[in-house]
Parts: sequence; C-alpha cells; structure tokens
Amino acid sequence: MLDHAKEEVPGARYLAPGHNFGSISDKIAGIITGRTPFSWFIGFLIGFSVLQLLLVSITYLLFKGTGIWGLNNPVGWGFAIINFVWWIGIGHAGTLISAILMLFRQHWRTSINRAAEAMTVFAVACAAIFPIFHTGRPWLAAYWLLPYPNTMALWPNFRSPLIWDVFAVSTYATVSIVFWYVGLIPDLATMRDRAKSPIAQRLYGLFALGWRGSALHWQRYETASLMLAGLSTPLVLSVHTVVSFDFAVSVIPGWHATIFPPYFVAGAIYAGFAMVLTLMIPMRAIYGLHDFITERHIDNMAKVTLATGLIVFYGYCMEAFFGWYSANQFEQFMITNRMNGPYAGYYWALIFCNGVVPQLLWSKKIRTSVLPLFGVCMAVNVGMWLERFVIVVTSLHRDYLPSSWGMYYPTVWDWSTFIGTMGLFLTLFYLFIRVLPMISIFEVRTLTPAAHAKGDGHHG
Amino acid sequence: MSDIDLSAIRARLASASGPTFWRSLDEVAETPEFQQYLQREFPENAAEWSDPAGRRQFLKLMGASLALAGVTGCTRQPTEHIVPYVTPPEGYVPGKTQLFATSMPRDGYAEPVLAVSHHGRPIKIEPNPEHPAGGGTSRYAQASILGLYDPDRSQSLTYRGEIRSFTDYQAAMAGALVAQQAVGGAGFRILTGTITSPTLLSQIEAVLNIYPEARWIQYEPVGRDGVVEALAAAFGQRVEPVLSLENADVILSLDGDFMDCGPGEIRNARTFVDRRRLENGATTMNRLYMVESRTSNTGTKADHRLPVRAVDVDGVARAVAAKLGVAGVAAGPLPPKVTQAWIDAVAADLQAAGAKALVVAGDQQSAAVQVLAAAMNQALGAVGSTVNYFPSQAARVEGRTGALGELVGDMAAGKVDLLLVLDANPVYDTPVDLGFADQLQKVAVRVHAGLYADETAELCQWHVPLAHYLESWSDLRAADGTVSITQPLINPLYDTARSAHEVLAAFGDNPAATAFETLKGYWENAFGAGAFTAPDGAAFASFDKFWRRAVHDGFITGTAAAPVALGAPAAVPAAPTAPAADALEVTFSADASVHDGRFANNPWLQELPKPLNKVTWDNVIIMSPRTAEALGIAAQKMTKYQATVATVTLNGRSVTGPVWVQVGHPDQSVNLQLGYGRTRAGRVATGIGYNANLVRRSTAPFFALGAQVQATGDTYTIASTQMHFNMEQRAVVRTAALPVYKAEPTFAQHMTHVPKYEDTLHGNEWQYDGYKWGMIIDLNACDGCNACVVACVSENNIPVVGKQQVATGREMHWIRIDRYYEGDLDNPTVHDQPLTCMQCENAPCEVVCPVAATVHNQEGLNDMVYNRCVGTRYCANNCPYKVRRFNFLLYADWDTKALKMARNPEVTVRSRGVMEKCTYCVQRINSARITAKVEDRRIRDGEVRTACQSACPTQAIHFGDLNDPESRVARLRKEPRNYGLLEDLNTRPRTTYLAAVRNPNPVLSPEAAHVPAHGGGHAPATGAAGDGSGASGKAAESGAATH
Repeated sequence: MLDHAKEEVPGARYLAPGHNFGSISDKIAGIITGRTPFSWFIGFLIGFSVLQLLLVSITYLLFKGTGIWGLNNPVGWGFAIINFVWWIGIGHAGTLISAILMLFRQHWRTSINRAAEAMTVFAVACAAIFPIFHTGRPWLAAYWLLPYPNTMALWPNFRSPLIWDVFAVSTYATVSIVFWYVGLIPDLATMRDRAKSPIAQRLYGLFALGWRGSALHWQRYETASLMLAGLSTPLVLSVHTVVSFDFAVSVIPGWHATIFPPYFVAGAIYAGFAMVLTLMIPMRAIYGLHDFITERHIDNMAKVTLATGLIVFYGYCMEAFFGWYSANQFEQFMITNRMNGPYAGYYWALIFCNGVVPQLLWSKKIRTSVLPLFGVCMAVNVGMWLERFVIVVTSLHRDYLPSSWGMYYPTVWDWSTFIGTMGLFLTLFYLFIRVLPMISIFEVRTLTPAAHAKGDGHHG
Repeated sequence: MSDIDLSAIRARLASASGPTFWRSLDEVAETPEFQQYLQREFPENAAEWSDPAGRRQFLKLMGASLALAGVTGCTRQPTEHIVPYVTPPEGYVPGKTQLFATSMPRDGYAEPVLAVSHHGRPIKIEPNPEHPAGGGTSRYAQASILGLYDPDRSQSLTYRGEIRSFTDYQAAMAGALVAQQAVGGAGFRILTGTITSPTLLSQIEAVLNIYPEARWIQYEPVGRDGVVEALAAAFGQRVEPVLSLENADVILSLDGDFMDCGPGEIRNARTFVDRRRLENGATTMNRLYMVESRTSNTGTKADHRLPVRAVDVDGVARAVAAKLGVAGVAAGPLPPKVTQAWIDAVAADLQAAGAKALVVAGDQQSAAVQVLAAAMNQALGAVGSTVNYFPSQAARVEGRTGALGELVGDMAAGKVDLLLVLDANPVYDTPVDLGFADQLQKVAVRVHAGLYADETAELCQWHVPLAHYLESWSDLRAADGTVSITQPLINPLYDTARSAHEVLAAFGDNPAATAFETLKGYWENAFGAGAFTAPDGAAFASFDKFWRRAVHDGFITGTAAAPVALGAPAAVPAAPTAPAADALEVTFSADASVHDGRFANNPWLQELPKPLNKVTWDNVIIMSPRTAEALGIAAQKMTKYQATVATVTLNGRSVTGPVWVQVGHPDQSVNLQLGYGRTRAGRVATGIGYNANLVRRSTAPFFALGAQVQATGDTYTIASTQMHFNMEQRAVVRTAALPVYKAEPTFAQHMTHVPKYEDTLHGNEWQYDGYKWGMIIDLNACDGCNACVVACVSENNIPVVGKQQVATGREMHWIRIDRYYEGDLDNPTVHDQPLTCMQCENAPCEVVCPVAATVHNQEGLNDMVYNRCVGTRYCANNCPYKVRRFNFLLYADWDTKALKMARNPEVTVRSRGVMEKCTYCVQRINSARITAKVEDRRIRDGEVRTACQSACPTQAIHFGDLNDPESRVARLRKEPRNYGLLEDLNTRPRTTYLAAVRNPNPVLSPEAAHVPAHGGGHAPATGAAGDGSGASGKAAESGAATH
C-alpha cells in the first residue's frame, strides 16, 4: 500500500470515519444482542432443511454402500473427492487472511478475518465428511487410517498420499479451530459483559476463559496469535499441496503432473477469496456493515481473486502445453479428450468461469460494485468445482487401455450429498453470525485514532 | 396312490421296523408320499415351511403324530446313503478336493470334463485332458456348476401343477400305455433333442419295439441334422465331418464357426491353434480363409475374412469349387463385393496345399454348401488327411425316427394321444410357423421331463424334474463316437428329480429300473458282446475292471467309430437363383452366452460379455454400419449405454429388439440370436431379450431373405462391458504379418520404450529367491471364447451384479477379454486380449493404498487383503490396466442357500465395500505348495494351473515359476514375441503377452509382405499394428460410436 506511510492511524482507510471504541462495540455486538432479522430465520431454515438432506443421504449411504453414487470402474472417485477438494480449497482464504495477511500487517484483514476463519472451519468440517464416507467401509476407515499402536503391529501405509492427507487435513483443522478460538477470546469477553441473559453470560464467560483485558492478557494474546499465524502460514501452502499429491503421485495421465502443488494452492486461495466475497457481500448488506467492510476491502479481495485466478489460468494453459509438449500419446490424448471428449462441456465451462469471467476484475468499477462482483464470485465458485470435476473424472474415465474407458454419471444421491454439505455449511454459518461477533470487535477498534493515542503523543 | 390319508401313513410307519427311530424321523418325513401328503392335505399350512416360527410349530405337531405312530414298532428304513463316513474311502482327505471324470451333454454330444468335488459337492469343472475330445472346456461346461445349484430348477414332479410322487407318475404312464398297447402305440410319440447315448438309444429302441406304431421325433434347435441330411442325400450315408486341423495348412471355412460351435469345438480350437504357436523359432503357420455371414469367434482368427450374406455363401463355395475342378459344379455369378481375384487366390492356395487343405461348411449352411465342401475336400485329397467323415453319432432308429413337422401334423390331426417330451423345450424353441404350442394341446396326455418347469412344462399335464448331469448316470458320445460316461457327483438336490433313463423306463418293461442299473446293464451286455481293451491294449480281466476303468477315465477306449469312405456325390444340389443383391436377409444363430435358451437362467452366462460386442443380459439385432445407415437406424451410443430399438419383420411376423451396429458384419444381413425372450425360464431369464423364434420358419430355420427392419423411435439400455473398440494407435495388442515376424521377430518389443531398471529410481531389479510366479498369454492362440471368464467366476466366487450394474460400469469379472477392431469398418481385423491383474512388480496400486491392504508378497504376487481393505478405491484409480473390481454394493448373495453350495470354500466371499482382483489363483498355488512341502520338493512346472489357464481350449494362457529356467512360462518369456503391456510405465508386469502374428496370403495382401525397415525407434505402434490409422479412426466414429 503506497499510501500507508501517509496515514496517521495505520489502516484507518479501512474504517468509515467517525467511529470510536463504543460505536464499534455497539454496532457489532448489537447484531447479537439486538433483534434477529427475519431474513436470518429464513436463511437458517433453508440451511437447516438442506442439512437434513445430508443426514438422509449419509444414512442411506451407510445402509446401501457407495454404489448409490455414480461411481464405477474406471471412475472410482467422483463427487466425493471433487467436493472434498472444493471445500478444502475454500477454507484456504480464511487461513490466508488470518495468518499471512497478519504477518504482512495488512490492516484490511481486521474486519474480514473472523468470518473468513469461521468459513475455513466450517468448510473443513464439510470437506472432512467426504473422505470418510466415500470409502467402502467408513466404520473402519475412520480409524484404520490413523497410526495407532495395535496388537497386529499394523501401521498405515506411509507411502500413500491418502495418509499424508489425513495428517495434513487434521493438522489444518486443528490449527484453524485453535486460531479462530484464540482470536475470539477478547470478543467473547465483550459479549460476556454485554449479554443480558444469565445463560448467555455464563456461556460467553466460560469460553472467554476469564479475559479481563489486562495488559498481560493482551501481551500474551499477541504472542499466541503471532505464533499461531506462524504455524498457519505454511499450512496454507502445505494442505492443498498434499491434497494435490493425491493426484500427482498417481500414474494416471491428467493427474501425474508436477505443476499440481502450486496450481492447487493458487486455486484454493482463488476459490477461498471468491467464497469470502460470496458470503461477505450479502452479510454486509443485511447487517449494514458498510462502515467496517468498506469498498476498499471488497476491492482488495477482488484483486487477490484476480491475481490468483491468473495463476490458475496459467496452470490450465500449462496443462495443455505439457500435454502437447510431452510427446507422450497418453498425455496428448488426455488433453484433447478434455477439450473434445464427452466432458468437453465441463472443460469449456471451467475455462469460461475461471479463465474468462475473472478478467472482468481488471475493471475497478466491477471490483467495487457488489452485484457484478457477486456474479463473478459465483462463477468462480462454480468454476473451481468444475475444475475438480474435470481433473478427477476426465482423467479417470479414459486412461491407458481404451477397452476400459467408461463414463461417470452422478446420481441423485451424489447431488444430495453435495447439496447437503452446503446445508451443513449454511447452518453452521448462520449459527455463527447469530451467536458470535462476525467481525472482530477488538481488532477493528485498532483502526480508530483512539487506539493510537500513545503514538500521537510521540508525534506531537 | 392319490388317495393317501393319515391312517395309511401311520400304517406304513407301523409296518416298518428299525432301531434308529429318532434319527430316521426326518427320513420318514421326507418320503415322497409323506411330502405329498403334507402338500396336499394342508395347503393352507404350506406357507409355514418358509416361516421359521410357524414351521417349528408345524413340525412339533407332525412330530408328535409321527411319534405316536412310531410307538407301535421300532422301524428301520431302507437307507441307501449315509452322509458321514465311518470308514472313509481310501485316500480321502477331508477338505481336499477330488476329481471325477464325467461328461456334459452339449446338444446331445459329450463334452468331457472332470468335476471337482469338495466334501461331496461339485464346485468346479475342469477339462479331462485324457479324453480324445478333451483338453479344455467350454463356457457352458464351466457355468454348469451354477446350473446344478440353480434355485429356479424344477423341484417337484407335478400333474396339472399339483405335486405328485414318482410312483404316481409311473402308475399314470402305465395307465396311459394300456390304451396304446391296443393300437400298437399308434398314438404314442417321444420327442427328444439329439441323442447320442447308447444306453438311452437302447431304451428307446426297447420302447419302440413294445409299441411298433410309436414314433421317435428328434429336434435340436441348433443341431447338426442339416449336415447329416445333406450329406446323406448326396453320398447315401449318414455321415458328419470330423476335422483334423492339426494336418491342415490352408483352411477355407464357409460360414463355419468350427472353434466355437458344435461338437468337437474344443478339439478343433486346440488343433487349429497348435498350428499357429510359432514357438522355438518356428515360422510356419496355417492360414484361415473365413467366408461368414456374421461375426464369429473363428472369424476373428481368420487371416482373410470375407463377410457375405448367408445366402451368398453358396455362390462363393460354387466359385471356389469350380476353380478347384469339382465335377458337376459351374461357377455362377459372384455375390456382391466378392472379387474373382479373391476366389482365384483362395482356390490356388487350397490347390497348392492339396491334401493339407481343408474346406469346412458351417453347420447351419445350406445342403448345397455341405455337399460342395465335401466335394472340394474330396477333390483336394483332404479326406483322410484333414477331415474324416464319421457315421453320424446322432442316434436314430431306422424307419421309426421322424421330424418335427411330422409330429406337429400328427398332433393337428389328433393322431397323438401320449407325448413324452424328454429334455426339450419345443414350445419355446421351435419355429413359429409350426404352431407347436397350439397343436400340443390337442394331445390327450402330455408329459414333459426337463430341468426347469419351462414353457413346455406349462402346457403339459405331467412335468417330471430331470436330474442335472452332475446328479445322474448316463453315457454320451463325442463327435468321433467315443463313448463318455456321465457319473453323478451328488445325490439329486431335489428328491423327485430323475434321470432321462428313469423317466423313459416308465414306458418300458421295467419301470422301476434306476439309471445306474440301466446303464451298467447296457454295458455289461456290450462288454459280453464286444472286445474292449484298456488304453494300453491289454484286455480287461472282468466286466468290473472294465467298468471301473471306464468310470474312472470318463470314456471307453476303442469306442470311436471308424471313418467311412465317401464315393462321388450323387449330385451337387443345383445353384439357387442368384439372390437379389439388395434383399435384406435375416440370419438366426445360437446366442454366444445362452445358446438356444437352455442356459438362459444361468446368471454367470447372462453376465458373460458376448464375444464380439461385449453385450450382457440381452440379445441384440446385429447389422452392419452400411445397412444401419441405409435403414436410417442410428448406431448405439455407448457412452450412454443406449441402443436404437427396431422391429424386424419377416413374412408378416415381427420381433422388436435393440440394434447393435457391428463392424465387419455383412451388409444387407441382420443377425438375430436365439435363446432370449423366454416366458417361463426362471427368475433370471424370464422376460429379457426378444424371442427370435417368433420370426423363424421351419423351412428356413437359419437364414431367410425378404426381411424389413424399421426403427421404432425408442431407445433401450444395453449393458456392454466395453464402450470403446478402437485401440487409438496405442501399442496394446501388438500384431504383425508373418513376413514381418520372420524379418524382425522382436517387432513387438520395439513398439514402446521400456526403461531399464538402472535408469529408474528403483535402481536394481528386486531378486525373488523362492518362486517367481508369472503368466504368459499368447495372443495368437486366444479366440475370445470366454471359457476363462466363467472358469474364473466359478473358481473365485465372483458375484453376479445384474444388468443395471453392468450398465453403470461395475461388472466384477477378474479376467476380461478386450476386443479391438483395426482397419476398415466393413471388414476390420479383430483382436482379442485377455486381461487379468498383471501382478506388476512395481505395482502402482500398492503405493497408494493408505491401509496397506494390497501388498507384494515374496513370490511377486500382488496380494489383496480383503479384511484390511477400507475401500478408498485409490488402487483401482491408479491401476493403468483397470483390472481392479470394487464391491460398490453387497453383490455377493448371502441368502440363497443353494448358491452357497456352488462356492469354492478356498476363496473368501467378499462383502460390500471391498476391492478385489485376480490373485493368480493363489489358493491353487498354496494347495500345490502344501503337497510339495509334504513331499519335500519344489512345486513342479505345470502343477499349478490357474482356473483360466486350465479352462482355455486353445492353451493361450501359461502360468508357472519364472525362476525355473525349464518351466514353460520361463521359456516362453524368451520368445521374441514376448512383450509387456504398458511396460513403458515401468510397472514390470508379471503377466506378459506373446504378440499375434497373422498369415495373410501375399497375393491378396501384398502390403503384408512389406517388411518395414527397422530404425530402432520406439515410436508407438509402428509396423502393422498401427497401420491404417485413418481407418481406425473411422472405426471409432460409427463402429464403436463412442463419441
């Protein structure tokens, strides 16, 4: 930020003028303590209903087996893995915002990191459903993939990328939850102090862990969040790298590619920012948070989306180039099959959603007008899902021996499970905005002049 | 016997005596009279038998009444069989399997087999290598195990649908025969299929002697009657050709699918392929010219194939015969698309081979073609060398045997009062014009004996369940006349089931004779009259020794007939008027899976991908791409498993079914397969497919002109296991013409670049110290007959998944036969490639399994640990050969009791959520290992034979220890044709292939003689295999229609 040095208060541009500590607390905490808008009930009801679809789908899945999905031989992985990668990818933006942007002292993160981190946790929760339930025997997969001492001296196969996944995703989930929770503590204390009902007071108080806002508390808090940011930063890169190994380590044309780790990480951040925008834009409108989530925030996030989108698009171009340049008939066929085969429609839709549509973000006008931007983000969300579909399905359905080529047609249960996880996500997110401050109260306060009174004295 | 009441049973029980009252209670309860009593007196309680609680209550009551009855005396029932051994037979080891020689009836002829018995249950069929016609098995023999345990088999003897006992049946027949005795049996008819059994023949003869006016009618839906009749008309002798392909250098087949159809198919396949093995530097092979009206397995092995309509085969045969100088034959006009150059080249090639040439006529071809083929063989001097004419083995009684048409006429005229239909299903499988079903009902007493209560049983008053061949004694003849013994492996599963001998005995003078008594009695007589010798030439000391030997071997040495000499044909049937070139023909052929319908209720066969199109669970209307185009019918869309539905109309009758556009099929010809459209076949087959018999006429049962085909506008889901038939210029199946092979024997090894071990990350090759199992599949030998697939299903308890699952891409077969087309759409070259788990040394599946459920063992097998598998399917995704199979749902049948008996106890039955794949029959390896360890030696070469290898009629599959330099598999590895599939991925497959070599006539394919210069490059698919890339692309477009 070029104009950073000119600012009297660092990051003051990211807060509408006229706010002080009290007005910020009133506004954000008021969302929880005040009247719940009718739209919340509508939204929660939809999310909760769709969540029931997930429960029904998983119950039926356990009853019948993975055969209720459209999987077959050769396409052994379908919606489950596509959705897993999609949800995990979405989570990445939250971690990036809370960890990397924190380390880089980007002040615009303060008003969006809470919701983005919540999104990360919920997205990981949605993602985690798939790798367990997509197995043939989830009741065994749930613990056989973990290295635990047993009388048979059997360990998981540490050469398998799926085991790496177990570690990567569980680490990621743990760190994300801890980071999010630690960041919540000062605000939980605020809520404890503001809550009216005794139950709420006790609950907020319980989770606020006795926070009193003393200097010592703040000092320890700052150290802890810096350490957690340091821990999370490599995770932003490692999780999706490991997820990409699921594909890159195999021998299947279309999967076996060295470009996958960076391309997946960029894709994850891209998808994540698009999803953050998808959530923030309506949230901002409904709760009138324009003071905290300013046009600049939106603009910055759109810029990140554009930048990572370009990396992803570069990845697509390189995939096609490598396919041709490899002089390997299987690779060449793979890429031509993507472009001309039975799933060509998915491929070109992907190129349109992820390659063409985001180019609109070069225009500042689009970046700062919420409706077009929301449209672009929806296209990216769809595009990133299609990307995983293209990678998973079109690589598997026609690999080495033409005799084994097949097709994958998702069934109603594939869709219901996928849509069901959206229900889970929405339910969790609606509960989150109802009971927790969706914007970090104490961090936004740091953007006010009052937070920098001491600094003024020095300047003076 | 029909008025049994409780007091009669009490009386019966009271009159019996014996000390083992409580144990024999069940036996008492299971006597036919008692069961009948239960079924008839308490029909309202019948349901309680399937309800466990109700059944217990019911049995308690019945037990009490029996106990009361039993108090009056200690009974001992005459017990024929005791299950547990007090003194086991010598050499019997519980848990070890035993082999028993027997033979399966196939259209009346014997297919010699060894049945594997595990604890008294037959669980597998193996070939009988000592039998002159043995050496492999057909898919039908392999599937017959499931046929035995089929829960839909008829289980009770019925009269008008009500359960009766066998004694009731015997009494009823005795009654019906009283009336016939008065008229000398004028109203008595016996209808059977082809019968070769000497014992059954003697029984029928005896019956016909008692009733001099009775008649015996034989009808086989896809039989060899036409061959015998045609040759009888021309040569005055009832003969049939038996091929000696081991002597044949040049073969012309006139619509003859001799490797996959008819008696002798297994021997034919092996002897044909033995001349193409090209081992140890051999560079000579036979050459097959195939003129055919459909796409047969034999046709896929042809060096030159000429697809023509069935009616046009006559024209081709005549042209070749004229060229060969067969007396009295003049060449007529050539059929469309047949060139004189082709005829000249074939004739010249045959002529040059002389006595080493062979002309084969298809069993379903016209009389003229049969005679022309025989005359050509005579003219070439081939008779006695490559073909012998044996007396027809189909039994008949001169002057007393009639044809089906005659029977229908008599039935219509009301002349038939008593009809015995013995092991046939004429209501379903006779041509529609006869109206068999309508006329049948004019017969007063109709008796049907069969394995199933089928369409014919429905229209007969009496139905007697027949015993399966694995449950009964009999004898059969092979094509050359060798008598084979059929011995039972198990008591009939259903008490009332009887063998054909016993059913027929009811009409003779000893109605109570058992099959064993009849059979042994027949051979005792024959032994007295004849001079039988052991295979080593020694005379038998006694009948007992002779009989033991015959039963042990499964056949009787020296019973082969002697070939007969044929004179000049009286006349070659005149040429028919040249058929119009644009007339649409319909051909009828036996289905490659269910034959004429008799195997329809066998799910193993239903799920077996048919050789050319890989369709399962249906029959299809096959036509060529050009014909489909002309008729405006769209080719099947395999990416969506959809086929166009069309109606075939012939002489005003029509059938409707899905169309399969088949490349290589002759134009203007539509092929319909028999065996489907059953209305009473059992749970599996009822209602699937269309019934081709509904447009078939008795005057032209196998092909007829003048059809119309009209698309109905509907589409139909078709479950084919292969969607894409184009090799995409990948070096998958590697082939070359013989001249190329001679110039560059290692051509197959240069088609891809195989990385050296030291060039890879893995460094040096892992050394296997003990055994190192490996498999070699000779692509030159495989004709795609599918026997290996069924053998594998039977050996490894592979579940059947059903049509819907196949159409989702979830078939479970561990071995599949891939089929690729190459060249132009009208007449492509066809390649078969059996594919199992390659047991890669660097297996891609092993590294990716998160729970180490698939691991390498010390002998190089890629083991699958079912108990450890959690079902991530990552291994299947990462398998470049896509040979892994996943239990997406609970496919194994855990409930049907009868099917449990068919399973191999050595192999785990897999449950839902578990991956499975070929294990190289590890249970067989371990069984041999135990024997070898007991004897303190290594496993010998040939001691372990995998199920697929053992079943293979052409010996295309070889298995053994690669560490033993003398093993066959190790020696074949050194063959220059040896190559590994996708070896460029550094998977190091343990299964390798021997590349296919074809032997085209240089006159007809001059390009085949062209030897490409070997530049040492590793461009994929150079040489002959990649030829005609443009044409292959075309094949993909409309032939396979995948895009």
